[in-house]
Amino acid sequence: MNQRPLSPHLGVYKFTYTMTLSILHRITGVASSVGFLVFAWWLMALASGPSSYETAMRYLSSPLGKLLLAGFTFSFVYHFCNGIRHMVWDTGRGLERAQARRSGWFVIVAALLLTALLIWFGCAAIAVSADVP
Amino acid sequence: MSLRTPLGKVLGRGSAGDGTSHWWVQRVTAIALIPLTLWFVISILGKSLHHYAAMVAWIGQPWVAVFTILLAITLSWHSWLGVQVVIEDYVHGKGGKTVLLLLSTFLHFAAAVAAIFAVLILARS
Repeated sequence: MNQRPLSPHLGVYKFTYTMTLSILHRITGVASSVGFLVFAWWLMALASGPSSYETAMRYLSSPLGKLLLAGFTFSFVYHFCNGIRHMVWDTGRGLERAQARRSGWFVIVAALLLTALLIWFGCAAIAVSADVP
Repeated sequence: MSLRTPLGKVLGRGSAGDGTSHWWVQRVTAIALIPLTLWFVISILGKSLHHYAAMVAWIGQPWVAVFTILLAITLSWHSWLGVQVVIEDYVHGKGGKTVLLLLSTFLHFAAAVAAIFAVLILARS
């Protein structure tokens, strides 16, 4: 058994919601990576011709497709907002505990509002374009 | 007495051999993605997504094609670096880690090439 000292693991710290925000950044990042694969697949479907594009759009507008798109939208928006928070930290600003908690709340509210807005506009765009022959 | 060579100290690349470049490129691509993704999301919301000819005509325009290719390259690069760190941190077996890192690299390059190729085809049609 290795006798060298171990650094304390997560369990020794009192829980704060900023921990959830931190791991969410990675989870939403990985989800957005899957979203990027879907984006590349969608572009290939568009380049392959009308029938393959129609098939792709049928998958994307199915209930499961819509649920996935909503998930990708939230993941991307959260990662976008929290990524800006990380880059502000990189400049050495906003690292005080109170400031980091406040910016955390700001990111949650902004991400939820922007996600709702994008889903709203996205649904409107799809609803309108479905009528176009 | 330090065992590090004077050259190693000056180069400042650490034991991994690439210094802060991973961290730095992650930031450079993040900054580039802010305007690129904003542009793409705002543009695509105004388009008739179910209208094949309209979508082809839009992406096929020279500047739209250029920025869509830039978006695909930057997204793929940023995602590649990020997924690499996640695999390195949470997959502990050496074999599994290596296989997943290889898979992630292949998948990111394949997706980027597919996206670029698709946009080039659309720009020529």
